[in-house]
Amino acid sequence: MHTPTPPARILPAVDMDTLPYWTGGKNGQLLIHRCGDCAYLVHPPVPFCPACDGRNVAPVPVSGRGRVTTFTINHKPWVPGLPVPYVLALVELEEQADVRLVSNITHCDPAEVTFGMAVEVYFEPVEDLYVPLFRPVERLA
Amino acid sequence: MTGYTEKNTAITGIGMSDVSRGATKSALALTVDACLEAIADAGLTRAEIDGIATWPGERADGSGFSAVGCAAVQDALRLKLGWYAGGGEAPGQYGAVFNAIGAISAGLCRNVLIFRTMYEATARKTAFANALLKEGQRQAGPFAWYAPYYTYAASLQQALFFNLYVHNSGITPEQVAQIPINQRRNAGLNPKAVYRTPITLDDYLASPIIATPLRLYDCDVPCDGAVAIIVSRLDVARTLRNPPVRIEAIGSSMQYRNSWTQLDALDTQAQPKVAEMMWSRTDLKPADVDIAQLYDGFTFHTLNWLENFGFCERYGAKDFIEGGRRIALEGELPVNTGGGALSGGRLHAYGAVHEACTQLWGRGGERQVKGDPQVCATSTAGGPLAGAMLLVRD
Ligand SMILES: [Zn+2]
Repeated sequence: MHTPTPPARILPAVDMDTLPYWTGGKNGQLLIHRCGDCAYLVHPPVPFCPACDGRNVAPVPVSGRGRVTTFTINHKPWVPGLPVPYVLALVELEEQADVRLVSNITHCDPAEVTFGMAVEVYFEPVEDLYVPLFRPVERLA
Repeated sequence: MTGYTEKNTAITGIGMSDVSRGATKSALALTVDACLEAIADAGLTRAEIDGIATWPGERADGSGFSAVGCAAVQDALRLKLGWYAGGGEAPGQYGAVFNAIGAISAGLCRNVLIFRTMYEATARKTAFANALLKEGQRQAGPFAWYAPYYTYAASLQQALFFNLYVHNSGITPEQVAQIPINQRRNAGLNPKAVYRTPITLDDYLASPIIATPLRLYDCDVPCDGAVAIIVSRLDVARTLRNPPVRIEAIGSSMQYRNSWTQLDALDTQAQPKVAEMMWSRTDLKPADVDIAQLYDGFTFHTLNWLENFGFCERYGAKDFIEGGRRIALEGELPVNTGGGALSGGRLHAYGAVHEACTQLWGRGGERQVKGDPQVCATSTAGGPLAGAMLLVRD
């Protein structure tokens, strides 16, 4: 069966601070800024640690695992060719719950997504960026 | 309680243009209609207006979100000003009022013309206005984080917060429906409202789901229209035509992370501490409030404000609005008495201020709340935007 091509993802404008987040996927890494002094994760990335006033903040790879803080199942076909329904979610990182990432939850029926669901990151290359997406953590037998 | 400078200011006049789903005149013409009506209503002349404020200022982006700014109004009316300001980085739409209070208190002006112009109905006939995403263009600003995830509109983004509220509160669609049903009933008694035909529970449940749990009837209605109010120094206000509607207290704080992703109060939004600030600046209590004009960009904003203002307990809105009696015109707390933005048109919190004064001045006609209401709580916005005002007629 022919599946129509979904519309292109619209990309963010990146700067020196946000570039690691949007390109870490090239090496399969979710890069989040972390304070070198107290280990607090600073997101969105800022070269300052609000937890300890440190300036030693730099991107590091994190586990890429998290939980669904909240989500919505979109039903409206906003543009031609948009496959609905799809899930928009906020995902909190396993390492630090106050780091919340916007994403789509894929690789499952939208009706299966729940609050607190365990998810893991993967990346979709789009032009020069790698968009972080999340799917349910593989249920090991 | 004295010493808070907002108590030295009052709303003295209001004006509203025609409100429609497609205007027959320009955005500036609508704005001039509203402004001249407000100035005359206050018993002032153009020469006595010495300040202008608006939110968020002119945005020449074709969206109709804010088609007119301070400069256009100042020149159209040839006003001679001591002060003016228009800008969006403020505690929601009432940021313009809070700025005006500051300017009056600083002695920069005495009668401030505040306006808000929407031209979204016309804009949407040619473009998908209010779209957060623009094809072929990289998204900057706070919504950059949402850009790659098919987040096409504010309704979809806000459904994230609404769903968490539903999850935590256990509210049912049948209970949420009381908000739009009540407001449509009120709109039926308001000649200026854009949608006036009553809706039923079945209509609400049949309205299309945009993004769970948000339905079409949970959303405000894009319109063309302008509202203007005059905020005056209290001693001046007391010499004018209307009994002053005093600004008894405001809530303008931002005590959370100012972010559409990291906001630390996702399901209550940035409102709790804003409401807390407002109540800390007055001796009045929620029980003293006669009517409420609560922000209703989406129905769940109104639910949030009912709780955050303390009219009911946290997650108690579902019981408070059950059956709709308490929030009806005849109820103990009439809410959004002119139909609000859901049915009256998305005049973006200034429709609410206009309706507050309409009721406090006893001009509500068929929808006038009985018992001579004197105290109105009013609020604006969702997400990290929140502002609140308690208005009291002298
Ligand atoms: Zn630190």
